[in-house]
Amino acid sequence: MNSSSGKSYMSTASSSVIWKAGGDVVADQFPAGLRVLVVDDDPTCLMILEKMLKACQYNVTKCNRAETALSMLRENRNGFDIVISDVHMPDMDGFKLLEHIGLEMDLPVIMMSADDGKNVVMKGVTHGACDYLIKPVRIEALKNIWQHVVRKRKNEWKDFEQSGSVEEGDRQPKQSEDADYSSSANEGNWKSSKRRKDDEDENDERDDTSTLKKPRVVWSVELHQQFVAAVNQLGIEKAVPKKILELMNVPGLARENVASHLQKYRLYLRRLSGVSQHPSNLNNSFMNPQDATFGPLDLQALAATGQLPAQSLATLQAAGLGRSTAKSGIPMPLVDQRNIFSFENPKLRFGEAQQHVNNNKQMNLLHGIPTTMEPKQLAGLHHTAQSMGNMNMPVLSHGSQSSQNNPLLMQMAQPQARGQMLNDSTVGLAPRLLSPMGQPMLSNGMATNVSTRNGVPENIRAPSYNPVSQTSSMLNFPMNHTSELPGNSFPLVSTPGISSLAPKVAFQEDVNSEIKGSVGFMPSYDIFNELTQHKPQNWELQNVGMMFNTSQHSNSLRGNLDHTQSVLVQQGFSTGQNRNSTVISKAMFSAGDSTGHVNAQNGNQHLNSLFVDNTVRVKSERVADAAPANLYPDHFGREDLMSALLKQQDVIAPAENNDFDFDGYSIDNIPV
Amino acid sequence: MERNPMRRQLASMRKSLFDQGYLDEQFMELEQLLDDANPNFVEEVVTLYYRDSARLILNLDRALERRPLDFSKLDGLMHQFKGSSSSIGAKKVKAESTLFREYCKSGNAEGCMRTFQQLKKEYATLRKKLETYFQLARQIGPMESANRPK
Repeated sequence: MNSSSGKSYMSTASSSVIWKAGGDVVADQFPAGLRVLVVDDDPTCLMILEKMLKACQYNVTKCNRAETALSMLRENRNGFDIVISDVHMPDMDGFKLLEHIGLEMDLPVIMMSADDGKNVVMKGVTHGACDYLIKPVRIEALKNIWQHVVRKRKNEWKDFEQSGSVEEGDRQPKQSEDADYSSSANEGNWKSSKRRKDDEDENDERDDTSTLKKPRVVWSVELHQQFVAAVNQLGIEKAVPKKILELMNVPGLARENVASHLQKYRLYLRRLSGVSQHPSNLNNSFMNPQDATFGPLDLQALAATGQLPAQSLATLQAAGLGRSTAKSGIPMPLVDQRNIFSFENPKLRFGEAQQHVNNNKQMNLLHGIPTTMEPKQLAGLHHTAQSMGNMNMPVLSHGSQSSQNNPLLMQMAQPQARGQMLNDSTVGLAPRLLSPMGQPMLSNGMATNVSTRNGVPENIRAPSYNPVSQTSSMLNFPMNHTSELPGNSFPLVSTPGISSLAPKVAFQEDVNSEIKGSVGFMPSYDIFNELTQHKPQNWELQNVGMMFNTSQHSNSLRGNLDHTQSVLVQQGFSTGQNRNSTVISKAMFSAGDSTGHVNAQNGNQHLNSLFVDNTVRVKSERVADAAPANLYPDHFGREDLMSALLKQQDVIAPAENNDFDFDGYSIDNIPV
Repeated sequence: MERNPMRRQLASMRKSLFDQGYLDEQFMELEQLLDDANPNFVEEVVTLYYRDSARLILNLDRALERRPLDFSKLDGLMHQFKGSSSSIGAKKVKAESTLFREYCKSGNAEGCMRTFQQLKKEYATLRKKLETYFQLARQIGPMESANRPK
């Protein structure tokens, strides 16, 4: 398997960096060593693909059954960077596998088929595939698949940042880029499908994200609330898109929108539960996405089961946010989770009612995005870790948040218009970095609204500030943040996590842009393009911000660059804070990156899963590191980060190899 | 030395396979994957293809014997077969597969059956030609095969 390769493309963004430190130049060799899982029931094609991928210097694992592939992925979440799957398989439909992967692992998935009909290709898009290859596949088409990994990470990262200004300008270029990215065979298809998408289907409510070419359903706060309410009503286990759609009764909303949103949401929940619980969550969250028992809003229960994420969300949302967090009985881990949730709804924590209100807003945005978390983490990583005592918490939160957010974001973002996404994603992603960031994002991609979010940003900070939050008050986390966090808008940057903030800001923008597109992961090409574009801009900011904290920066930078998301997540964990952010961001990006491509759904999912994974992992590992800064500096020098960042800026696609390990954010690798 | 005429023969055999439309560029893609570690890669893939697709051919035969014809099933089977065939660059076989699917979509039973017979012929012809080709290539030696003109 891929993981057998010496270099572990650790999921953590920092891994690439870390590896370097370890003497492994995996990162530098990117995309060489990219761990690819290829699934196809046709042995001839499988053999050829394997050979071709090896010729591209990728680490290939082949599989002729979808079930086997899924279990491989589940067993080794961070063992792969990207999945290539055939559409027609005897034991499971390729799209179903795509959904699973998106939901559970949040990896970029490329579909392939001899069928080049528009409908099939469109299906790939709607299910979140980040690309679609027509058979027979040529090696040229495979040479560039790494871009999806980068893009995904980038998008994730972006979500963090959520720069309120997701600009169309960003998107536009992205779009064209996306087009370029598509395998040559599919270019025509993609473009035409893109156009068609715009005209037809699901994404009708485009958000303010303006130039979004593809109309996407924008999951506004209200819409998301409706969604969550419907899900809670049905019970997370039984929540199927069709029923949710019926319950929501929103005209113009398609089942597919709901489906992708649900996916993200699930991932988010999973992340939440997984993240905070970290010990338990890690396993739980990932393993049992379905476990999330929505029943009791009780966070405790949730947290305990690791299902917290899902539940937390549900609870949070359903319970009016305030509740969930308060559930106190919840063990710390829960708290984390809750915090995560809280972050999402920073407000929630505070005063349930108010929180709720606020949170809702925020939450909605954040849904997928533990917005608060991220920023907090980044910013307060240091603090939180320390103060929290349970660094895990914050870190986790971050991670979880990120992941959570991501899932949410992803889910939310997916179907929706980017604008929405931004909000969400920013929230989620951004939170990691900056809570404020997330907020602005929420506002609809207005990254600038950080201030509004105050709660959010603060939350982020909260971790650092509130040691208390850790314990049961994880919930408070977000809440506290509000109070604590001084600046809503990016001013957070000023907070200790400045470094993180800075990047955050950047992230936000990115996130925003991401969100716009699709929470960062959204496949919408437009979005990604824009986001990607956006990113570079943010990067600048980040760089600036980063400057503040070397350690933090490195992390942040890393995150920004590649995996904003993952980096953030990871970073949060590993370095304890700074790194985490970076890591998270990286993770995020990874997730996000892929979205650039058609991965609307998957992207998000992927991201989410990535996040979840990463966050969770990171947390456990990293949390220990109270001193975030130290973690990474060794590995990747600022220079790396900066250069990576800068590079990112210039080239959205070429992820800096160094910075993120595309492996998928395995947090584990993060050297603690 | 003695290899030269053989090499020339191999080269011309190869050329005619392309010229006559038996193979397309995809086959060249496979050839490019040859390396020292896998000098007979193309042959291995083709062998695998024939082994695996034999199963599909059998299933198609059976499905075509049923009455009435299940076009969607036939289409599905042929889709798989087409994917396989196209990945080794079997041009004529692929063309017949496409035609077969068209008939399936329009529910033309006779067209399907006729096309399938034709497909099997092309399939068998290609196999023979490739077997000869690979035999010669092996005689020339792995290195030579790897260096065969592209």
